[in-house]
Amino acid sequence: MRANHAMARVLACALAALPLAAPAQDLLIRNAWVHTVTERGTLERADVLVRDGRIAAVGTGLAAGGATVVEANGRPLTPGLFGGITALGVEEVSLEPATVDNASPRDDDKGMPPEPRPEFDVTLSFNPDSAVIGVNRVEGVTLAMIAPGAVSGQAVVAGQGAVARLDGRADAIVPASRTLFANLKAGVSRAGQIMLLEQAAREAKPPPQMRDGDFRLLTPAGREALARYLAGGRVAFAVDRAADIRQVLAFAQRHGARPIVVGGAQAWQVAGPLAQAKVPVILDPLVDLPDSFDQIGATLENAARLHAVGVRIAFTNLNDGTHNARKVRQAAGVAVAHGLPFEAALAALTANPAEIFGLGAQFGRIAPGYVADLVLWSGDPLEVTSVAEQVWIDGRAQSMRSRQTELRDRYRPVTR
Amino acid sequence: MTLARFLLLALAAWAAGAQAAPDPFKSTYQPAASTPTLIRNATVLDGAGRRLDGADVLMRDGKIAAVGTGLAADGATVVDAQGRWVTPGLIDVHSHLGVYASPGVNAHQDGNEATDPVTAGVWAEHGVWPQDPGFYTALAGGVTTLQVLPGSANLIGGRGVTLRNVAGTTMQDMKFPGAPHGLKMACGENPKRVYGGKGKSPSTRMGNVAGYRQAFADAQDYRRQWEKYQRELAAYEAQQKDGKASRRKRDGDLKPPIEPRRDLRLETLVGAMNGEIQVHIHCYRADEMAVMLDLAREFGFKVAAFHHGVEAYKIAERLAQEGVCGALWADWWGFKMEAYDAVWENIAFVDAPANGCAIVHSDSAEGIQRLNQEAAKAMSRGRQAGLDIPPERAIRWITSNAARSLGIADQVGTLEPGKRADVVIWNREPFSVYALTDRVYVDGALRYDRAAPATQPESDFLLGQPAGGAL
Repeated sequence: MRANHAMARVLACALAALPLAAPAQDLLIRNAWVHTVTERGTLERADVLVRDGRIAAVGTGLAAGGATVVEANGRPLTPGLFGGITALGVEEVSLEPATVDNASPRDDDKGMPPEPRPEFDVTLSFNPDSAVIGVNRVEGVTLAMIAPGAVSGQAVVAGQGAVARLDGRADAIVPASRTLFANLKAGVSRAGQIMLLEQAAREAKPPPQMRDGDFRLLTPAGREALARYLAGGRVAFAVDRAADIRQVLAFAQRHGARPIVVGGAQAWQVAGPLAQAKVPVILDPLVDLPDSFDQIGATLENAARLHAVGVRIAFTNLNDGTHNARKVRQAAGVAVAHGLPFEAALAALTANPAEIFGLGAQFGRIAPGYVADLVLWSGDPLEVTSVAEQVWIDGRAQSMRSRQTELRDRYRPVTR
Repeated sequence: MTLARFLLLALAAWAAGAQAAPDPFKSTYQPAASTPTLIRNATVLDGAGRRLDGADVLMRDGKIAAVGTGLAADGATVVDAQGRWVTPGLIDVHSHLGVYASPGVNAHQDGNEATDPVTAGVWAEHGVWPQDPGFYTALAGGVTTLQVLPGSANLIGGRGVTLRNVAGTTMQDMKFPGAPHGLKMACGENPKRVYGGKGKSPSTRMGNVAGYRQAFADAQDYRRQWEKYQRELAAYEAQQKDGKASRRKRDGDLKPPIEPRRDLRLETLVGAMNGEIQVHIHCYRADEMAVMLDLAREFGFKVAAFHHGVEAYKIAERLAQEGVCGALWADWWGFKMEAYDAVWENIAFVDAPANGCAIVHSDSAEGIQRLNQEAAKAMSRGRQAGLDIPPERAIRWITSNAARSLGIADQVGTLEPGKRADVVIWNREPFSVYALTDRVYVDGALRYDRAAPATQPESDFLLGQPAGGAL
């Protein structure tokens, strides 16, 4: 603990030398309604002490000891929210290709090897200064998965992504969260997609399975990348249909990957096997219509049903997950209106995604030792009429201004 | 007078602006049978700007009979709504349900006749699939009336249709009786992208505006042809009548005039210029909206509403002065350049000036299920910005203001006596993420009851689907 402190202090000093990073201040948030997202549950009048960017203590009557004091007056305090599977920092305006970096080169581009391209690492495009990030940060979104898209049509392996911290730091990407993204979706034969996955998996295994002159899908870099993920790495599969989820489970078992289901409109139908295999589901609680035949049976109770049998769930906005990543909070509230316990919904925005992406010991909870990514809310954190009043990342108070608040203030009408 | 002659005269009279053309696709909507119902002791937001606590709503013969406190049941079925909220049925002015139906298969892409930039002759109602499951989920969200529009691929995409949100086997079973058609127009990026991409005009915003102007100029010419025809026909008819009376032929007899060829595209545009069709324009940028207002003045039509209007807040005063509504989202943004300048406060800022007309619209099968939450977000952000927006004001954004832009404010959108009894009972204040409808009445008939799943209507498409979990 002491060593950690010292290390953090060194880091804080190093960051202080950078023009954009204010030094981590010690902080005491007093009298908050603290949603710890731990076994301690919700503490109705508690203080949270932050030292060197980490949570030092959670309790009552904590001494400030020189820390900046923020009086919460009973307002809710939560961990920073996870914005879901997004293209934050890699997409500014969706329909402007020059601002979109989230897909690997198309296979019909001259000279590019055919997909799949597991070596495509979308985080290399990440722009921490994107205005889209600021718009979401002021809504309490402090972390998000930066995921590759499959713009080039039916890329069965879209590439690698990772969680980014959303305070504008240069080293935003958290390496421990690296995840490979794959798709198993309607449009091209599912059997064909599995065939490609199997071929890729075979190539990624060491020789002698492949010999010189054999047909290959993957580049040498692709083989190396895929091999890492098959050896116990995380592979997120965008998949909705129950039958396809079973195929994903089987594929992951055959090849030693740890699957994550993204989408999962029919996941509730295979909730038992998902729970048994400890496979998490990242879903959009608002999906209740059969946008495709894969989504017949989609229901607003998907989250509640999965949670009830012990599947770990997290939330994402599948409709506009980048610009409106902030909408996951509303989606969580809707899940509560349809049977999910409130605490489970909050966990699906905080501790669960952190756990799913390998960051559960550092992010997503309000407990000693955790990174002090915190949000103080005007009211119920899942309520659409509530707003984030203050966001802290690493214990640093974030500016609550964004491009949208600038526009608002320029055009604000004279109050009636 | 023969039937053919009657129709000819009717058409001629319509073309000249005298009366609406007969609708060949007549509504067959019938209100479901209902018993008089008294909803008691609710918090009522009447859609006309009033909030009544502990109030009753009496529905009789499909109409609102009374709203007040301590109303006598007088034989009506009594619904205890203690702790509940009551609002008018919600109205979405911008939906593609039925024309972009779920499942979104190729066969269901019926919302954009993207073959020509001006397809004013197509009608959304001819693409509406009544079995779209989205109608049913929208009903569960309290939506009782909606306008289904063509998409925005074209400069002038065609006519929209206003529907009662009731289970129907045919589109006509859902069609709002007597509601005017809408005309869908589109500014900006979509038309120029769709046609520019095909090497056709428009490929720029310049081309967009030239396209609207030429179309309306053609419509003016078309209207003149019909007016001329009507004048000549009237003279001919008068002479015939006169001739019959005197029972003899004379020199200088007029020939019957030749009827101009009907043009379905121009007929629609003439309808818009004559004020019989409500003009709804997909337009994001403030500067483009200003151009469209000038265009409307040039050709003498009125803009009912700008839809999407991500920058409407920049010209909120002007919109209010001209009596033009802004049909807007709470938080959509950034998916294209013209949607880059969004603010949360757009709806509240458009609502703020005297005579401001803000509408929350969906353009989405998901959003239409939660118009109340979209309004709640906008209300909250408006309040944060210092505006005084109580729930009884915000509810207008999804009821009476929407009705106004559709030209049906005399029939729906408020709980005033005599209006259609479209009523939603909410389990709590509707401006909450946790709010759900308990009951939805359309024309006084209970069409959705959350407590009785077996009675909830369902699309044919979802029947017998094992994955639905029902078998």
